[in-house]
Parts: sequence; C-alpha cells; structure tokens
Amino acid sequence: MPAPTCASCHAARAALRRPRSGQALCGPCFCAAFEAEVLHTVVAGRLLPPGAVVAVGASGGKDSTVLAHVLRELAPRLDVALRLVAVDEGIGGYRDEALAAVRRQAARWELPLTVVAYEDLFRGWTMDAVARSTAGTGRGRSCCTFCGVLRRRALEEGARLVGATHIVTGHNADDMAETVLMNFLRGDAARLARGGGLGSRGEGGALPRCRPLQFASQKEVVLYAHFRRLDYFSEECVYAPEAFRGHARDLLKRLEAVRPTAALDLVHSAERLALAPAVRPPRPGACSRCGALASRALCQACALLDGLARGRPRLAIGEREHRGGGDAEGTRGRARAAVEAAAAAL
Amino acid sequence: MCQVGEDYVEPPPREPPPVPRPGCGQKCVKCKQGDPVVVIRAGDAFCRDCFKAFYVHKFRAMLGKNRLIFPGEKVLLAWSGGPSSSSMVWQVLEVRPHHPQGLSQDSAKRLRFVPGVVYVDEGAACGQSPEDRAKTLAEVKQVLHVVNFPWHLVALEEVFSLPPSVLRCCPQEPAGTEGAYKSAVDSFLQQYHVLGAEGAEDSCGRARGEEERPWPQSQDPHSLPSPAGPPSAAQTEALCRLFESVRTLTAKEELLQTLRSHLILHVARAHGYSKVMTGDSCTRLAIKLMTNLALGRGAFLAWDTGFSDERHGDVVVVRPMRDHTLKEVAFYNRLFAVPLVFTPAVDTKAPEKASVHRLMEAFILRLQAQFPSTVSTVYRTGEKLVKAPRDGCGGGPSGPRCLLCLCTLDIDTADSATAFGAQTSSLSQMPPSTLQAEAGTPTAPCCAVGEGPGCCWKARGRTDDAQAQVTQQLCYGCRGNMSDLPSLDRLPPYILAEAQLRSQRAGVMQEIQEYLIEDSSDEAEGPQS
Repeated sequence: MPAPTCASCHAARAALRRPRSGQALCGPCFCAAFEAEVLHTVVAGRLLPPGAVVAVGASGGKDSTVLAHVLRELAPRLDVALRLVAVDEGIGGYRDEALAAVRRQAARWELPLTVVAYEDLFRGWTMDAVARSTAGTGRGRSCCTFCGVLRRRALEEGARLVGATHIVTGHNADDMAETVLMNFLRGDAARLARGGGLGSRGEGGALPRCRPLQFASQKEVVLYAHFRRLDYFSEECVYAPEAFRGHARDLLKRLEAVRPTAALDLVHSAERLALAPAVRPPRPGACSRCGALASRALCQACALLDGLARGRPRLAIGEREHRGGGDAEGTRGRARAAVEAAAAAL
Repeated sequence: MCQVGEDYVEPPPREPPPVPRPGCGQKCVKCKQGDPVVVIRAGDAFCRDCFKAFYVHKFRAMLGKNRLIFPGEKVLLAWSGGPSSSSMVWQVLEVRPHHPQGLSQDSAKRLRFVPGVVYVDEGAACGQSPEDRAKTLAEVKQVLHVVNFPWHLVALEEVFSLPPSVLRCCPQEPAGTEGAYKSAVDSFLQQYHVLGAEGAEDSCGRARGEEERPWPQSQDPHSLPSPAGPPSAAQTEALCRLFESVRTLTAKEELLQTLRSHLILHVARAHGYSKVMTGDSCTRLAIKLMTNLALGRGAFLAWDTGFSDERHGDVVVVRPMRDHTLKEVAFYNRLFAVPLVFTPAVDTKAPEKASVHRLMEAFILRLQAQFPSTVSTVYRTGEKLVKAPRDGCGGGPSGPRCLLCLCTLDIDTADSATAFGAQTSSLSQMPPSTLQAEAGTPTAPCCAVGEGPGCCWKARGRTDDAQAQVTQQLCYGCRGNMSDLPSLDRLPPYILAEAQLRSQRAGVMQEIQEYLIEDSSDEAEGPQS
C-alpha cells in the first residue's frame, strides 16, 4: 500500500503518523511542526525573554539532544544565546560515553560546552563513591535520590559559571505525567502543589528553569531525533533504575495504549490540581550553609552530603535532617571554588 | 482467608471454630473477651460484635463529623445492588429508630434523616436481555421490600424524557452554619420526645411525614412522564444505539456515569430530596482519584471524590462510606448477610486494558497487594485537595459550567502554553515562518462565550456546527470523552436542547455586551432560568 500524501504540504509522501492526532505527515513537515510547537510553548509561556543566555542541561540522551537542536534552530528567532552544560556524575563506564556524545554534539553544532563534575563540586564524592557508601545501608536504591539532588545543584552551578540567565531541561510530557502519577501514589502533596507549571520563575536567587518540551510526547521526541538524524546516547544508567518510577512508567505506557492523549491529560490535571493552603510549601528560604534555595535549614544537597560525610547516608527525600555543625563554607562556595579552579586549569 | 472459621454454608455458632492457627489463641483486641472472627488490619483481630460496632461507628462518625445532614431532611440513597451501596443502605436501616435490629436505644445516637432508595436499571446500556432485566428487577424489588424505605425504580431509558433544566445549577440558600445545625438537632429532639410520649411505635412514621407508605414505583405528580412500567422499546433501542456507537469503553463508562447522575439528580429534585448518598468506599475512591487524574479531571478531583459535592446547588451528593475499605465492606456484608443484587456492568468481563477505569483499578489493587498503604495514601492525598480552582487559573464559582459534569469549566485560552493549548493550537498546520511572537494576553475562556475568533477546537473541524456547539460547552475531560462519540446527535434530547439554549444565550449576551456597564468585579452572567 503506498503511503498517503502529507497532510500539511500535500506534496511529499507521508513518512509518519503523529502519535496523538494520527495525522500523516512527511519528515520535514513533522519537524517543522514540532519546532513550531516548541516555539509556541516558549513564546506563549514567556519562558525565554529576548537576550537571555540559556544553559541547556545536556545529558547526551534523546530529550536534551532534541531540546538543544530545536532551540538552536529557534535561537535566532527567539534572540537567545545557548550554552551547553553537562554534568559528570562520575559513574564509571556509563558517563564517559554519554559525555562523549555531548562533546560530539557541541562540536557539530558549534555550541560552547561546559562540563561540571560531582567530584570537583562535592568534596570528591562521585556517584560511584556514593553508591559504595549507600550499598551497605540497605538504601541501595536511593542512588537516584542522591544523584537527582546533586545533579540539580551541579547544573545550577554550571549555568552560573557560564553566565546563564535561564536553565532549560529536556523533560517531556511523559516525564511530567509519570511524576504526577508518582507524587499522587506516594502522597507527596507539596510536590503536587508546586508542580504543574512549565518550570520555576527563579525565586530566592535561583536561576529560572523551564521545560520547553513539556507538551511533546516521548514518542514525538524520538521521531524528531530520528528524522533529524540526531546522534544521541541511549543506555540506561548502571545503577538500579528507580523502582517506584518504574511502576508509574509502566502504568503510563498502558494508559497511553488505551487512550493516546493520556500523558497530556495527566499534564492538564497537574496544571489544575488545587491543594489546600496548609499543604502548600512555605516560601523557600536560604540554606544556612551554602545560601542556596532551601525549604529547611539546610538545602537538600548539603543535607545529603552531610549524611555521606558522617558515614550515615540514611537521609532520603522527606526525612528530617539533623542539624549539622561546623563547615560554614557549604557546598555552594566550595563548588564555585572548585569549578573556577577547574576552569583555570583548562 | 482473614476470617477465622470461614465456611460456605450458613455459619451458626455451633462450636468453637476449628482454630488452632498460631496466634489464634488471642482474644478480640477491643473487648478482650470475644473470639475474634476477622482480621482487618495486620494484627487487629475483632470479634463479631466489636467489628459491627467499629463498622457502624465509622459510618456514623463520618456523618457526625461533617454535620451536613439535618434532622428530618430527606435523603436519597443511591443503591446499585453492589457491596458498598448495599452496605450503606443496611447501615441506615440498622440505625433507624425503632427498627427491630436497631443498634442503639438512645435517641441521641440515631440517624434522624428520612431515607428513600433509588435504583437505576442500566440493563440496556450493559447489553442485558429483557428477560435478564426482568429477573434482576424482581430481585431488586425483593430487597427493596425487605428494606421497606420509600423507593424509586427508574430505568436508564428515562434520560430520553428528562427536561433540560436538569443541567442547571439551582442556587441553594446559604448553607447552615454550626449553630443552625445544633439548633435544628435540638428542636428535632424536642419534637421527638413529644411524639415519643404519644406513642413510640408511630413516632417515626409521623416524623417521616406523608411519605411513610413505600411506593410501588415512583408515582409523584412531578414525576417523569413514564413513571411506571417498563421503558418503551423505542427508548431502549435509542439507548442501545447510543452506547453501541461509543468507540471506547472508557468513554462508555464515563457517559454511563454522567447519565446516571443526571437521572438520580432528577429523581431527587422531583421528590424533594436535598441530599443523595452514594456508597463509594475508600478503595473505590482511591481508584476514582487516579482514574480521573488520568482522564484530565485534575481540577475536579475534590468535587468527584470529596465527602460532599455541591455542584448541583440544591441537591448535595454525600459519600458516607468513604472511610470503609472494600475489604471491610465485604466482611461486613458476609458476616451480617446483607442482601446484594448482582448485575453485570459495562466493564464486566472486559480485559484489563479495555479502559482507563479497568486499568487503574487493576493497577491500584495490585499495588495495594504489594504495598498495603497504597489505597490509604492515595485517598489521603485526595483529601488534601480543595474545590476552589488553583491560584492563577481562572473561573470562579460563577464561571460557566460544563454541560455534562456541571463543574466550572477548566478550559484555558486556545493557544496558551498549557496542555490544552498545545492540543488546540492549529500551529501544526502552519509553517513556522508564519509564526510571530504573539504575546498571549490572557483573556476569559473563549469557548464560554461561544464563537469568538480563534475559538477552541476550531482545528477539529467546523463541519458540524451543532457538534461544535456542544463541545465548546464541555470541560477538558468531557471533551476527551465526547471525542470518542462519532456523532453527538444520539445523545438524549435534554443535553442537546440545553446546549442550544446556552449558546443562544451566549450569542445574545455577546450582542448586548458593548452596551453593558460593568460595575462590580462579578462577571455578567446569563439569566439562570
């Protein structure tokens, strides 16, 4: 059976069906439409003002690769400057290859790349070291908790280092939908109250963050990467995949099979969830150690590192931290010094 | 397996159960005397009497805590024949004054409202044969005779003769305050004692007023045009055709729920009930929360699953079974021989991946088996939700309402940076060069006004104006469901009539809009009647 003609240009043969609408399009029309939609999200959501210096969190994976590529296409129209920031978590055998992919991308697109390493930022802690430390405590699965918190901090530091005014990450609609399901299943009302938007506006001195791909489904991201022939790294992290997210991911896959719009329906729900005022998180303050944004006395990164340093890495998200003493310098100051030293050495 | 001495014949207390499983030497955790028969939570073994007290207390506590049902108020119990709603009817029966099995002789502890039961026969939507339906109805009537409350038996076909006014929210007089509730209780008790002196046997009958006699069928002057007897064949056929035309089981379940709730609402209004009680259990509500979340009803979760649901204004839906788990319900029904009526539902025997509802149910129950706190966690998360719209999302209580679910519309402006905007924008057809930086100024939801330029779902095709007219009046979730209907023409006439009326009104409003002087911050709204 010959392929139908493209529903947009009515000239070329269609090469794909859009997962959500079922519309048959040719490759170039699909890519143009995808880019237009991201542009629309950025413009209508007023995510990136003209003149912004945007740090793209690049992991080498499909989402960040597509995001960087789309934004590079749109950069002249949006009038923004792009910087790639990659984080080296220090995971042997896995991260090296991913970083190699990021380096190839940066060279191909001629974008400036900065790599920040956990080892330099966090007193020598690499993820491998964290994993060894947590392995014996029965919290072997909490690797992702540590890594997530630390990566967030590392990205922030990297973005400041390159003089960025905004941070963008490649989270897509499926990621957001999984997060909503997960937060609901574990009763995380504070996160439900905070989430739902396209990012944070940058309160308390933190850089504004946003997710321009939030309305693009994972399938479309992969399709875009396929038609633009993007080179990305697609291996799963060597540390155990987050068990709970696995449940949510599995559920979302099945939901999408029943109803193709499920992911966006969940995103819509998340935008509209109204939580009681009592469970809304208090206005964040500053970490008493490093001055970063924190909802408690210590920011999550400092609290986790504190636990690791004491050899008691029991602290996970949501557990109460013990008031740490000493070390007034904190992660942020230390991190900045380390990054600057690294930059000077290059 | 949690019930000691479980047996599949009538379990009379013939002999001590053939226990000695380890740990079964223990006594009931409550009274420390009785032999335990059921373990509800890990380690908590209850004897029969204590379990009953625990169960009934939960029900009464839920009502007492919320203080929503006033003494002497008429309450319609929505009964489907299933475990939870049957158990609910039984609770009400057991704690009625002067019931032979009345739990408490203390008048202060009795339920003081006036109950009635409604049963909706959904056989046509579920593909039951006329013979099966007749059989089910006979069983239903048998139970209703045992319960002996005033009852209303309606067939789902009657949605074809509903008036459009069902879809209007009737504003309610200001809700009773704490003080009002207390004084109402006091005056009721006084009246009760006076009556009690006259004759205890009759007192409850008089308190109930003129509706003491159970009706054979609803025979009220304001009743539906076709009150008694089976529905006409033409209506049955129309209903079957409507349900057969729905493309997905998900949309079918949602449609059935919508029509059923409209019908129950109509029965309640026609007979002067100001409250409707549904039997949603804690387990069911947790499943419903997750299902509705996935269907894009995030804005309405508190309405759909909260204790009380005031969206209709004059008739409030109440969910008093929301603290009972399905497991407790099942044990109670079994231990106390609560009569049930089994009827196949639309999703009976459907595979797990047939609908969002089935999928979510299977997922939650499976997760619950692995992590026993799943249901309660989801349920408690749901309790933290509020009915007011989220900050920054428009649509106050006076905003336009969804035609089907009657909730305040949760529709963003077309082409906004939201999940809704992403699906409605017609960008995908345009080449990117035509896109300029359009500063999206937030305006009122355009679909509410009718046909503004660039109105939502334009992209979906203006081929059918009537279709678009209906769609524009729906919330996000209902739009998703209705898009699974090939044609909205098969919907019952009251929905289409109300849709037309609303859009006419919106058109008129638009014409006179420029002459209106806005004074308050309140949005000018179309007249309610």
